[in-house]
Amino acid sequence: MIVFQKPKSLCDVPLHYCPGCTHGIIHRLVAEAIDELGIEGDTIGVAPVGCAVMAYNYFNCDMVEAAHGRAPAVATGIKRADPSKIVFSYQGDGDLASIGTAETVHSATRNENITVIFVNNAIYGMTGGQMAPTTLPGQVTQTSPYGRDVKQCGYPVKISEMLSQLEGPEYIERVAVNNVKNVRAAKKAIKKAFQNQIDGKGFSLIEVISSCPTNWGMSPEKALGWLEENMIPYYPLGVYKDRSAGKEAEAK
Amino acid sequence: MSEKVLMKGNEAIAEAAIRAGCRHYFGYPITPQTEVAAYMAKRMPKIGGCFLQAESEIAAINMVYGVAGAGKRVMTSSSSPGISLKSEGLSYLAGSDLPAFVVNVQRGGPGLGGIQPSQSDYFQATKGGGHGDYKMIVLAPASVQEMASLTIKGFDLADKYRMTAMILADGTMGQMMEPVELGDVEVKEYDKSWAVTGTKCRRAHNIVNSLSLVPEELEQLNFARYERYKAVEENEVMYESYLMDDAEICVVAFGISARVSKNAINEARKNGIKVGMIRPITLWPFPKAPLLAAAEHCLTFLSVEMNMGQMIEDIELAIRCKRPVQLVNRVGGMIPSPEQVLQAIEEADKGGKAS
Repeated sequence: MIVFQKPKSLCDVPLHYCPGCTHGIIHRLVAEAIDELGIEGDTIGVAPVGCAVMAYNYFNCDMVEAAHGRAPAVATGIKRADPSKIVFSYQGDGDLASIGTAETVHSATRNENITVIFVNNAIYGMTGGQMAPTTLPGQVTQTSPYGRDVKQCGYPVKISEMLSQLEGPEYIERVAVNNVKNVRAAKKAIKKAFQNQIDGKGFSLIEVISSCPTNWGMSPEKALGWLEENMIPYYPLGVYKDRSAGKEAEAK
Repeated sequence: MSEKVLMKGNEAIAEAAIRAGCRHYFGYPITPQTEVAAYMAKRMPKIGGCFLQAESEIAAINMVYGVAGAGKRVMTSSSSPGISLKSEGLSYLAGSDLPAFVVNVQRGGPGLGGIQPSQSDYFQATKGGGHGDYKMIVLAPASVQEMASLTIKGFDLADKYRMTAMILADGTMGQMMEPVELGDVEVKEYDKSWAVTGTKCRRAHNIVNSLSLVPEELEQLNFARYERYKAVEENEVMYESYLMDDAEICVVAFGISARVSKNAINEARKNGIKVGMIRPITLWPFPKAPLLAAAEHCLTFLSVEMNMGQMIEDIELAIRCKRPVQLVNRVGGMIPSPEQVLQAIEEADKGGKAS
């Protein structure tokens, strides 16, 4: 009996991610959700610019590579071209919460019937560790070498809190992938975000709190600890909006 | 033969696009092209199409990218400052070899400029605008009828060559009303097996992408794209030749400038001046061959354009600087008058005889 295998929705290719990076876990969760819902042949993914730029080589469904930050607009076009398709975007924090903020907010407020996977690791990974819109106050990065000074460059953007204030979106949840319990909860949330689209409910965004050992300058294990001690208190996990369940902004 | 109707240029574009099978329009309001969006907003919901007012020009062109990637006919329209915003997307469309149809109803610039007609986006349209090596097919209508017919042609060319076709009009063309004959359009089918339509688990996944990190491969992609561009240059040049057989002076003008120039040429002919016009209908590919041929018998060329001299460079290149090319222009939303063009023709005529 096979108890564990590669999801069909992941291609059999090596991933380029750094050792200890959680993108691999999140890719797997998305692929498992697609497999379990049996939508692989009708799903179209949109890759971002950032660490996950080559996600188009990893997901075994039709894929489009978008310009930086524009994935929700591209996904909107794909969905409008054929509403029977299942369309998701997979984006990092720079892509979704900085350069693409307008596309994020407006696809959410239109309740565009798409699924957005938002990977928040509080740093620009691909370009080598610069300050992200979600970098924590005081966090040291290449472009905040003395720690993020909120007087100089403001506060982190809390996307889940912000979007849950809009009337438009169907579902907003923040999860993390730092331990088995949280990974399981993340899987459930991601699957629900796809199920919502199948059911025609509209815009679902899952914010996944993630680690970046390479650019945080930590071992993978230490990075997960840092995530738990620093990121989760700042970015509380939970369901921020679930319109069908009548739930508005109820973080744990 | 179908009935002639009186339409604004912008509306003619919108109706022609629908008849060409376009069912997806994304745009953002900007003068002087907003009638295209208004027309689409009314018509699309009634024919099962999609009109969506995007949050920005940038979002609109990326929605276009999404629909084009999914293999459907799609368009956006804007005016000069909005096209600058779309230029990122135009580069990505080129890099991913996607067919798209884009309209620029130009206004005066740079910056916010004005809202009156202009032709000062010639460079932006024909030389790129966005980053990287790429071309767009650029169509320059000079009547409301051509606003419609070149729209239909543009959708076909975009699909045929997997690239963006752009209508480069100006505020006058967009706003003026003329009789136009629309009629039914035969929508041709093109192979779009590259599109993202879902694998149905029956084929390998399709990827629409402009990223290529291996320089040897990216070079080959550029070479292959330029082979297609070469085919466009060989097969798709369009121009109008007006009274050129015996011409000693050649006016070169497109869009509203060509309309004005025609009046001036007719007037000059009455006075016995041998002047004709080559009107590029495709600004890219540029009608180089007829211009070079004209340089055999034309002593002077006049470039009549509503900018500080942009097309004039392509004319000089096309005729290999064999003859002098003079600029006749107005800018900032001003349109050259027939008198201004006539005066330039008369001066060229005197100059020609003196030499």
